[in-house]
Amino acid sequence: MSVETERSSTESEVSGLDYEETALTLRLPGGTSRAAGSEPDRKRGFSETVELGLSNGARMETHGGSSAGDQSDESPESQASVAEKPPAPKARVVGWPPVRSFRKNVMKSCKLVKVAVDGAPYLRKVDLEAYTGYNQLLTALQEMFSCFTIRNYPDEERKLVDPVNGTEYVPTYEDKEGDWMLVGDVPWKMFVESCKRLRLMKSSEAVNLAPRAQH
Amino acid sequence: MKVQSAMFYFPEEVIEHIFSFLTSHHDRNTVSTVCKAWYKIERLSRREVFVGNCYAVRPDRAAARFPGLQALSLKGKPHFADFDLVPPDWGGLAGPWIEAMARSCPNLEELRMKRMVVSDESLELLAHAFPNFKALVLVSCDGFSTDGLVAVARNCKSLRELDLQENEIEDRGPRWLNSFLDSCTSLVSLNFACLKGEINVKSLERLVCRCPNLKSIRLNRAIPVETLAKIINQCPNLEDLGTGSLIADHFSEAYISLAGALQKCKKLKSLSGFWDVSPLCLLAVYPVCANLTGLNLSYAPTVQGQDFVNLIQHCMKLQRLWVLDSIGDKGLAVVASACKELQELRVFPSEPFVGGPATVTEEGLVAISSGCPKLNSLLYFCHSMTNSALITVSKNCPNFTRFRLCILEPRKPDPVTNEPLDEGFGAVVKTCKNLRRFSISGLLTDQVFYYIGKYAKALEMLSIAFAGDGDQGMMYILNGCKNLRKLEIRDCPFGDAALLADVTKYETMRSLWMSSCDVSLRGCKALAAKMPRLNVELINERDAEMEENLNNGVVDVITNGNNKNLNNGNDERKVEKLYVYRTVGGPRSDAPDFVWTL
Repeated sequence: MSVETERSSTESEVSGLDYEETALTLRLPGGTSRAAGSEPDRKRGFSETVELGLSNGARMETHGGSSAGDQSDESPESQASVAEKPPAPKARVVGWPPVRSFRKNVMKSCKLVKVAVDGAPYLRKVDLEAYTGYNQLLTALQEMFSCFTIRNYPDEERKLVDPVNGTEYVPTYEDKEGDWMLVGDVPWKMFVESCKRLRLMKSSEAVNLAPRAQH
Repeated sequence: MKVQSAMFYFPEEVIEHIFSFLTSHHDRNTVSTVCKAWYKIERLSRREVFVGNCYAVRPDRAAARFPGLQALSLKGKPHFADFDLVPPDWGGLAGPWIEAMARSCPNLEELRMKRMVVSDESLELLAHAFPNFKALVLVSCDGFSTDGLVAVARNCKSLRELDLQENEIEDRGPRWLNSFLDSCTSLVSLNFACLKGEINVKSLERLVCRCPNLKSIRLNRAIPVETLAKIINQCPNLEDLGTGSLIADHFSEAYISLAGALQKCKKLKSLSGFWDVSPLCLLAVYPVCANLTGLNLSYAPTVQGQDFVNLIQHCMKLQRLWVLDSIGDKGLAVVASACKELQELRVFPSEPFVGGPATVTEEGLVAISSGCPKLNSLLYFCHSMTNSALITVSKNCPNFTRFRLCILEPRKPDPVTNEPLDEGFGAVVKTCKNLRRFSISGLLTDQVFYYIGKYAKALEMLSIAFAGDGDQGMMYILNGCKNLRKLEIRDCPFGDAALLADVTKYETMRSLWMSSCDVSLRGCKALAAKMPRLNVELINERDAEMEENLNNGVVDVITNGNNKNLNNGNDERKVEKLYVYRTVGGPRSDAPDFVWTL
């Protein structure tokens, strides 16, 4: 995966959009928006997030190969997220408790929603329960539709960008009531509960959603 | 001698006929050791073979000995592979077995495999090699995709049973179900509950429709209520049903047709599935509950509280119940009062982590034992256990043959007295004379092994984790448990002295597993040197240290016919994972680099 962690201000000119005005972000509510590039130090890159997570996380098992089956498929990000959950009182031991890995995998709760992309003739599915936050979801969407790259903004704002034509896509979702909202307008858990489907909407068309999400 | 000499004059056909009344493998094995004539008659007339370890005998040898074989059961990886303690490419390949059978046993009709790696090519071969193939049962297997199933569906024209239990199958789309020929009408049992992907419901309905003898069907999560209702309607003789996802939040058409269909299922004995079940759908199940003997709710985290209570109160004849611990001690108390016929109970953790919420404790287990006197098989994951509870449980239910108790936190003592759980587990082995399988956990000293060695005379399989004080503990087991077949140990302070105390013991057993114990490379080498008919395998994770040892070593070790070097100076180092098993096949030829056969 290629995650763009540094961004020059010239890039924003390429897409011809004024971020300050039209930015539709993945920020949690409450944060104040900053002008792009004004405080580059506040950017929190992907690798930084991961390191934070790992250092807080439970002791990693040392015999690496033995954990391969169940855990190797976890992305670094999902491991990082362990730290966000209530910490386990004891270190995790590989193979303990003795629950079949098949059962563990199946019992992970699962919430599949469809993802549509404006202009794409097909749908995909994602399991929202497989992620622990908006950043992970966005990274997954980027991988799923490999034509996109993530554009990072200060304050963890992110959008998906088609680098070929510079078109920006904003993740939106249909909530329980059937309203289309901007992804990121509520805390993650509430979003997982509420989300019925996802749509990556062209930025230009999503403008009318913005006031509702940011109010 | 007299019997033999009298039978010596019988024609072979007569002896063969007499042998046909021997149903147990054990008896047939015994008969085959009497004399050469009997050996020959027995081997040519043997139809079923069970191989508890696929490396205990070479496939071509087994196939050549039993050319009339119709049903083969195989087990592959060690049991601890279930818990990710065995690296994925360790071995346990089904290919050599299927190839050997294809060459020598054209009459093969049934193949059952557990913990084996099955490739699509092997399934393809199987589908073509055995014209009368009837039953494929795969449990905890991996390595194949739905493409392999396509071959089986398309070519096994008289298939009766396709049972896929908890396999990791790569899903390449719903095509496999379309591949059953229109002429396939013989299915009796179909289980694809472990498949994760979408299913072509129209193909499924058509298949079910043309198989009038279908008695068991277990669907996967992708099957909606509408389809389930249609399938049940097609199968009035259904005895075993695994539902798909039972989601219906209001009295919809789908719900009504499901309820109607279930009411007609008079023969239904066993229910499982319940993926994502909504409470309303449980109502539809009530009418069939009274006849149920088996109920598996262990994949249904949403069934808890009053929903569970209402459901279980209808299940008066239940003998086998699998649940999640989210039903709590209260739920277990209701089971105890409602299910007087209960024989087997499994309580799985809904959150299989040490730090999960405490849900079931000794209280629930005691309640079960006092309410269900026929209980003889238990798997119980819990957060705490006391000695007095275990003593009570063993008094209430002296007929346990399988008793597996997992206290999630390793080395946790009796929370009331703060003492080890030796006396509690000791009471179980003292009281339950027929105990064959035993797993223990919590804080345990060598005392518990003393009890096990002294009393557990029927014990066949023992699992130990985080227990004991030293070598003596393991020696109690090896000396005392005369019937022991499988011993698996992890994170216990047992070393070379225990390992080498009675090396001949291992030839009477199927296997020994030791991981994270105190066994050294020297001890393992000594064992291998003394016992040539044992395969002593070390599983080395591919770490830098190991590479170094390989490069620097001076001692020759034979693996795969190649010489490998082991560091002679480092014989004292601890062996991380040791797997010992008896074999007549010699060192296996498919061992990967990280497996060293000493």
